[in-house]
Amino acid sequence: MNAITSRRSLLQAGGAMLVAFQIGLRPRDAAAWTDKAVAADEVAAFLSIDAQGAVTVFIGKVDMGTGVRTGFMQIAAEELDVPMARIRVVEGDTALTPDQGPTYGSLSIQNGGVALRAACATARRELLTMAADRLGAPVGSLQVTEGAVSGGGRSVTYADLVGGRAFTLKVDANAPIKPPEARRIVGRTVPRVDIPDKVFGRFQYVHDFRLPGMLHGRPVRPPAMGSTAEAVDEASIRDIPGVVRVIHQGAFVGVVAETEWAAIRAAQQLRVRWSDWAGLPDQARIWAHVRATPVAQVQVTLDRGNPAGAIQGAARRVAATYDFAIHSHASMGPSCAVAEFRDGRLTTWSASQATHNLRKQLGMMLGMNIEQVRCIYMEGAGCYGRNGHEDAAADAALLARAVGRPVRVQWMRQDEHGWDPKGPPHLVDLRAGLDAQGNIVGWEADAFIPKGAGGNVDLTAAELGGLPRENQIHPGNIIHNLALPYAFPSIKTTCHRLDTTPFRPSWIRTPGRMQNTYANEAFLDECAAAAGADPVEYRLRVMPADDPRGREVLERVARLANWQTRPSPQRDRTGDILRGRGVTYVKYELVRTYVAAVAEVEVNRRTGDIRVTRFFCAHDCGQMINPDGVKSQVEGNIIHTLSRTLKEELTYDRSTVTSRDWGSYQVITFPEVPEMVIELIDRPAERPWGAGEPAAAIVPSAVTNAIFDATGARLRSVPFTAAKMRAALQGA
Amino acid sequence: MTETVAMMVNGRAATVTVDDPQMPLLYALRNDLGLTGPHYGCGLSQCGACTVHVDGNAVRSCQMPVADAAGKTILTLEGLGTAERPHPLQAAFIAEQAVQCGYCANGMIMESAAFLAKTPRPTEAQVRDALVNNICRCGTHPRVVAAVMRASRG
Repeated sequence: MNAITSRRSLLQAGGAMLVAFQIGLRPRDAAAWTDKAVAADEVAAFLSIDAQGAVTVFIGKVDMGTGVRTGFMQIAAEELDVPMARIRVVEGDTALTPDQGPTYGSLSIQNGGVALRAACATARRELLTMAADRLGAPVGSLQVTEGAVSGGGRSVTYADLVGGRAFTLKVDANAPIKPPEARRIVGRTVPRVDIPDKVFGRFQYVHDFRLPGMLHGRPVRPPAMGSTAEAVDEASIRDIPGVVRVIHQGAFVGVVAETEWAAIRAAQQLRVRWSDWAGLPDQARIWAHVRATPVAQVQVTLDRGNPAGAIQGAARRVAATYDFAIHSHASMGPSCAVAEFRDGRLTTWSASQATHNLRKQLGMMLGMNIEQVRCIYMEGAGCYGRNGHEDAAADAALLARAVGRPVRVQWMRQDEHGWDPKGPPHLVDLRAGLDAQGNIVGWEADAFIPKGAGGNVDLTAAELGGLPRENQIHPGNIIHNLALPYAFPSIKTTCHRLDTTPFRPSWIRTPGRMQNTYANEAFLDECAAAAGADPVEYRLRVMPADDPRGREVLERVARLANWQTRPSPQRDRTGDILRGRGVTYVKYELVRTYVAAVAEVEVNRRTGDIRVTRFFCAHDCGQMINPDGVKSQVEGNIIHTLSRTLKEELTYDRSTVTSRDWGSYQVITFPEVPEMVIELIDRPAERPWGAGEPAAAIVPSAVTNAIFDATGARLRSVPFTAAKMRAALQGA
Repeated sequence: MTETVAMMVNGRAATVTVDDPQMPLLYALRNDLGLTGPHYGCGLSQCGACTVHVDGNAVRSCQMPVADAAGKTILTLEGLGTAERPHPLQAAFIAEQAVQCGYCANGMIMESAAFLAKTPRPTEAQVRDALVNNICRCGTHPRVVAAVMRASRG
């Protein structure tokens, strides 16, 4: 009995778990792993119905702790009229699920869910056609209840119609979906299916996955990021029982042992002679380093009118520079994966957000045809972008190939903080011109950010081991939201795409959109203050007339927060504790989810301590599938980003990352979490948009605007530490 | 040289045989006893993901040598309650939907269970202070506090 089978037995024995979902199937035999349709235009790629009428949803987007699995089940249950308890979900398995792209960009429901909905609607139409034929009743007269179609006094089940056979249908994107008034599952709060197992200790994370005969591996990373292993002294770990193998290739060093503890001890104790390396910039001069980095490409993302001339001739000119620190994903659970070679083929189990891409990368690294590689998703600790999971899979694959047995790799804390890819440093210069009434007549923004977009972030093992890789940097689509959704008469936003960045970059929740929105919305607040205008009124003044949804979120959040109309900063700035409020707004990527927020802060004038006391948010992501799921994502966005805004900052010396634990890379704690008031706007007749990132975009600007309102001092460097606050107060 | 450690785990006698008595209890629970409720998060007692009860106290199992567990009574998330007989905190975490990825949930629940045993009617501020050394990255904090308060009301 393998681990998956025993897991299923456990679920069945548990009884209380209504829905058994399975996150991966092991290959039945060498020939079986591509016999299911996976092409994204096939209904069978998304859906199967077995002889008992149980529905399996196959989806390329994965649940990384967001609850989107429950959302997918709601969508399938709604369109097919089957109970959720009869649905299970298979996610992110390259042999079984369609390639719907990585799970990023707040696209799981917006794209993945909508594709699933179309597949289910197509299947339903086919099933009704078949049922009409079988029952001798017209399609229009049929009713579906719990997977049984009735009409003409008789009924037939889905299982009777197709049970056990694969659909052979193309997905019709125009197949009719249920109208809002007919929905009973979608649009209503449904408890997440994974939570009971998670609170009873029965949930199987990738960290808990075991294979028979499996060994444990640990990478041994260089003490300086660019050094190579000149010599490895295997004798240095001879006294540790259970060590199986030391693997050394270039700068890639790893150990494999019979037990996890032996692998950990061996990795700690192994003596390696590393070459010297000190190629990182001086952290104290990081922004000078960014400005001095060669520009590979200049991208103008918005160009209207003649802002340079308008600013030149303006009654008043404003200019500022905003920076945003390098961040680690700092995953709660260090990256983990299991790899197995069998019959010349590789299978990995990991929490990769992009198994289809990981498959290609592993194939390239190992010189294997990708048909010989299968990557299976299993949930790990919360993932907010491309963190270390793919790298752990590559580590495990190299070690498993070397020892010929399955190997499980889990990074240690210092590996995770030290070696996960980083959110790159982000710098934005802004200039604006105001007319005599304070209206913005010209706006210019220049962002200095690394080149690249989404793509495959190189695998650390390939990089260290000198193995084939793409050798490109991919920080995510970080140019978004430098362009603004406001009706300024002239504007130019320019991204200077830098050729290099100090650390291997990747996307962390709301990449670029957060940093650009922070700079824009804070600078807009500076303009409002220069104009002596109320910050909400000032935004509404430039809200395009044809964008009522943008206006609505701003007006709603102002009401929610009992916003008092007046300019910032507040006049009464006496006493040790100063209080203020700040507003901010984003239209995500200028085309989707609308968010507006008001933060309330207290600043201790003596210590510089900043406390966010309340946070108000109005959120419009169109149709909501599971409203409490959306709320949970909005809460998570706000808290996670408050942590990044107030506390998080990677530290490093000239050789390596020095913030390698939770003491040196501090994150938000319970007493620091504000009261949150969230208003979700439901639009069941609209298309659904993403909710996993947009509300993060507005957090840093809301906080710095509130700090300015409280103190009259403007913070322009994330994180907003007490030391920076004290310095700003002295200068104010 | 191996050593055998005997302890009570979730109400049953358990023994583990280890090469190194300094191995943290966490690995014995997860790998030798198959109890994967407690998670490895940091190995430094900084995050709380590995929390178990040892003789009724919340302890970070990632830094407690397994040898020190000899003769002790260990309770893990699996032993706290089951779907059929949930601990009030487990029921409250479900009711409040106080989980996203859930990697920290073990620590949140085990730390809170030990806290509530000593402070059955806490204020929200006391709950937040009790969990100050438990890290969550997903941002479930308000729901966790709501769940602990719900559990405390019985």
